Amino acid sequence: MINTREIMETIKMIDDQHLDIRTITMGISLLDCVDSDANSACEKIYDKITRKAKDLVKTGEEISRLYGIPIINKRISVTPISMIAGASDAKDYVCFAKTLNRAAIETGVNFIGGFSALVHKGFTKGDKILIDSIPEALATTDRVCSSVGVATTKAGINMDAVKLMGDVITKSAQLTADKDSFGCAKLVVFANAVEDNPFMAGAFHGVGEGDTVINVGVSGPGVVKSALEKVKGADFGTVAEVIKKTAFKITRMGQLVAQEASRRLDVPFGIVDLSLAPTPEIGDSVAYILEEMGLEKCGTHGTTAALALLNDAVKKGGVMASSYVGGLSGAFIPVSEDAGMIAAAECGALTLDKLEAMTCVCSVGLDMIAIPGDTPASTISAIIADEMAIGMINQKTTAVRIIPVIGKGVGETVEFGGLLGYAPIMPVHGYSSDEFISRGGRIPAPIHSLRN
Amino acid sequence: MRSIVTVMGIDRTGIIAKVSDCLYRHGVNVLDINQTIMQNIFTMIMLVELESDGADAMLLQDLEKIGKEIGVDIRMQNEDIFNSMHRI
Repeated sequence: MINTREIMETIKMIDDQHLDIRTITMGISLLDCVDSDANSACEKIYDKITRKAKDLVKTGEEISRLYGIPIINKRISVTPISMIAGASDAKDYVCFAKTLNRAAIETGVNFIGGFSALVHKGFTKGDKILIDSIPEALATTDRVCSSVGVATTKAGINMDAVKLMGDVITKSAQLTADKDSFGCAKLVVFANAVEDNPFMAGAFHGVGEGDTVINVGVSGPGVVKSALEKVKGADFGTVAEVIKKTAFKITRMGQLVAQEASRRLDVPFGIVDLSLAPTPEIGDSVAYILEEMGLEKCGTHGTTAALALLNDAVKKGGVMASSYVGGLSGAFIPVSEDAGMIAAAECGALTLDKLEAMTCVCSVGLDMIAIPGDTPASTISAIIADEMAIGMINQKTTAVRIIPVIGKGVGETVEFGGLLGYAPIMPVHGYSSDEFISRGGRIPAPIHSLRN
Repeated sequence: MRSIVTVMGIDRTGIIAKVSDCLYRHGVNVLDINQTIMQNIFTMIMLVELESDGADAMLLQDLEKIGKEIGVDIRMQNEDIFNSMHRI
């Protein structure tokens, strides 16, 4: 029998250290829903999603009861809509977003991802229409998430798309100005977008995936921080070991839940995403892990090194715990969703430039960052371009989820509520990038993309 | 299916009796009991065998009710969560 100490350790992780399963995400292919008539396509999409995912939420709740572990989110990701809607005669794709929203409400999931396009090398007709539809789609739905892949290591950076996304983000912010530009919190721009990511807002069901799949994302920054509290002053070898062991335990739990969900729903198990996903609650912060390593405030010198160690140790510990690891798998650093990041940004220790450096070594990118509402679209595009360059050169996924909050400036804060938290408005550089962005075209793929 | 029942709280008379009675009423077989006082907190861990494959919502509700009545935390979790976390 498992001993008392081990049982108490698990219960403590769940009760005191906020250990939970962050999301069970069902990926659903919509490739068999294409139709030249947009209404028929929407009908097929609604039918397929509500049929495949009808038991998702219920099953999630049952598993939660069975193991006594909270499962925070049940979600759905679908094939990038640009590919499905592209076959139709529709002139804008807002109707597709509304269909996804209806299906999300019917199945009871809180977010559905896949109002997406992959345009790292160029636009199809469907991609163009989808991107143009994003601002209105995000303003008129509340559960639909959108993502656009504009760069890969293999293809380079589509700078026309980067320019366009600056405008799309600005427009999304304007259309949702009455809700603190919340639309932008549901929109991600990617380099090297992954096809099996269970986390929102960037989840979509890639074309290389099967018909349906279950992917699971775990959480657990609080558990890692608590484990590190016990090795105060120890060297980095010890720190890495402690993180690895903790990540192993967290991921094993994710694997167990993923397998059980897959069995009960009779849907193949895809991957477990090892990412440490923070929440705004005290004690569930990635920033506090970095501070536990000895930094006075997250964002100060040494933060990138601390994050690099954390990110790598999480992967090493987690990879042995699961038969299939995928998604983004690392440490997330969303500013508004992490109490420590919020505090560090508020006191000025954490800046946009430092966050950009941190994204070179963490799992994703500039995430949930609020900037002044009057930031020019070209500056937003330039922020995206920098982040895409980091992803392209380092052969990793990077992303930008940035919110220009209309009517607010530096020194003010914005409240998104729930897991999305709140954020101080962070300053951006005032010098223009306008001429740079208006060049357009493609930044060629780097030399190390030629690996064949 | 085997599950672990943990009971934690301030020690008082009748904890074991009440919990065991509830388990008995739901047809749950107790395989092993381990009881200690950890940092002044009464801690009882029971390994139990259930006939059903899933979580029994009624049983969980009853355990919660008893927990509130006698002022202790009671939870029941499938054994696999501990095995997967602590055993390779």
